[in-house]
Amino acid sequence: MITLTHIRKSFGSNHVLRDISLHVPKGSSLVVIGGSGTGKSVLLKCILGLITPDAGQIDIDGRQGTGLQNPDFLTHFGMLFQGGALFDSLPVWQNIAFRLLQGSNKLSKSDARDLAVEKLIRVGLKPQDADKFPAELSGGMQKRVGLARAIATDPSVIFFDEPTAGLDPIMSGVINALIREIVTEMGATAVTITHDMRSVHDIADNVAMIYDGLIRWHGPVGDLESAGDPFVDQFIHGRADGPITTQR
Amino acid sequence: MIAVFAPIGRTVLGALAAIGSLAIYAASVLRHMITPPFYPRALLGALYQIGWLSLPVVGLTAIFTGAALALQIYAGGARFSAEAVVPSIVAIGMVRELGPVLGGLMVAARVASSVAAEIGTMKVTEQIDALVTLSTDPMKYLVAPRVLAATLAVPLLVAVGDSIGILGGYLVGVGRLDFNGAVYLKNTVDFLQQWDVVSGLLKGAAFGFLVALCGCYFGMRSGRGAQGVGAATKQAVVAASVLILASNYLLTELFFSA
Repeated sequence: MITLTHIRKSFGSNHVLRDISLHVPKGSSLVVIGGSGTGKSVLLKCILGLITPDAGQIDIDGRQGTGLQNPDFLTHFGMLFQGGALFDSLPVWQNIAFRLLQGSNKLSKSDARDLAVEKLIRVGLKPQDADKFPAELSGGMQKRVGLARAIATDPSVIFFDEPTAGLDPIMSGVINALIREIVTEMGATAVTITHDMRSVHDIADNVAMIYDGLIRWHGPVGDLESAGDPFVDQFIHGRADGPITTQR
Repeated sequence: MIAVFAPIGRTVLGALAAIGSLAIYAASVLRHMITPPFYPRALLGALYQIGWLSLPVVGLTAIFTGAALALQIYAGGARFSAEAVVPSIVAIGMVRELGPVLGGLMVAARVASSVAAEIGTMKVTEQIDALVTLSTDPMKYLVAPRVLAATLAVPLLVAVGDSIGILGGYLVGVGRLDFNGAVYLKNTVDFLQQWDVVSGLLKGAAFGFLVALCGCYFGMRSGRGAQGVGAATKQAVVAASVLILASNYLLTELFFSA
C-alpha cells in the first residue's frame, strides 16, 4: 500500500509537482498518465526516494518515509527503467541476478544463474541469451531483461517507468501482457507511468492523470472513457485541440 | 564599480565552492573505502583497467622522457664541465619529479577521462539509479574500488616508469654520449637515496587518488546526454591535471623544503 499526501516538488521556479495526493491499495495496479514533462518520472522517483520532495508525506505499507528511508523496502522492490538501465559490463544473467549476488544472504553463482535463467524464460527469452551482454540485445529484449531483473526477487512492489517507450506496437503489446500477467500472478502492488494509452488499458486497475502538477483525475480504468473531464478526454484520445495547450 | 568586481567575486566563490564540494566528496570516498561492504571483484577489475592497461602509455612516456633528460643534462652540464652528473641527475629527476608527475598526468588523461565517461554514461542511462534500487550503494560499488585501485596502482606505475625512464637515460648515455655502461649504472645507484624513491611513490599514490576522485566526482555530476558526459569528461581531465601539478608543488614543499 502506498499513500502520497500533498507532495510538492520544484526545481528552481519550475513547480513540477504542486500538490499530489494518491492512494495505491495493496495488490493493485495504478497507471499514472500525463504528457511529457508533467512530472510523472519525478513522482515515481519521489516515492522511491531518489528525489526528495519539498513537502508532503509518503507512506509505504503503513510506514512513513520514501522507499529508500524504509530499510526493508528495497528487498521487496523491483523497478523497470525506461531505457532498461542494464549494466553494460555484466552479462544478462548477472544483470538479472544482481541483487541475489550481493549482501550477506547472497546465493551461490550457480543458484543465482539458475534463477536468472528461470526469470529469463518467464519473460519469453531463451536460456542461451543469459550469457549475452546488453549491447548484443535488441531494445525489446533489453526491456524483457529489465523486467526479468525487476521480478528476480519476487517483489511485493514494482514500478514501471514508460515500459513500452521506443518499442514497436507488437513488442509493446507483449511487454504490457507480460507486466499484467506478472503483477496478477505475484499479487504485487504496481505503479506504472506512461503516456501509451494501450499500456493503460492493458496494465491498469486504476488510473491517475497528472496535469500542471496536480492530479487532474483519478479512478478505475473502466471509468476513464466516461471521466467527463475535458483534459482527460483530450489526452486519452490524443486530440491536438483542447484545454491542454501544446506548442506546434 | 560593482559591475567590475561582481564577476570576479562570482568566479572566486564558484571556485571555492567547487573545492569545498570536492573535499567533502573526497572525505566521503575515504569513509566508503574503509567501511564494508567491500567489492573485491570490482577492485580487481579496476586494478586491471587502471594499473595494467596504463603500463604501455606510462612506459613509453618514461623512456622518451629519460632519454631526452639525459641529452639535456649532458648539454647543460657541458657548459661547466659537469657531463659526469648525467646518470645521477637523470635518476633523481625521474624518481623525484618526472616519473610521478608525467606518470600521473598520463594516467589522468587515460583514466580520469574513461572513469568520468563510464560513470557519466551510467548516470544518464539510469544505471546509477538502478544500482540504488538493487540495494547497492554506488559510492561503494563504483567509486570506492576505482579510487582505491588508482591509489594502489599509480605508485606501482611510477616505480615501473622510473625504471624505464632511467633505462632511457642509460641507453642514450651509453649509446650516444659514450658513457661506460657499468660506470653509468654505478653513478645511478650511488647517488640515489631511498627517500628519493619513496617520496616519488607517495606522490604517485596521491596523484592516483586525485585522478580517480576527479573521474568519479565529475562522472557522478554529469549532465544529460552526450554533451553532458563530454563536458564531465573534459572537466575531470582538466581538474585532475591541475590538482596533480598543484599537489606536486605542495608535496615537494612538504618532503624537501629545508
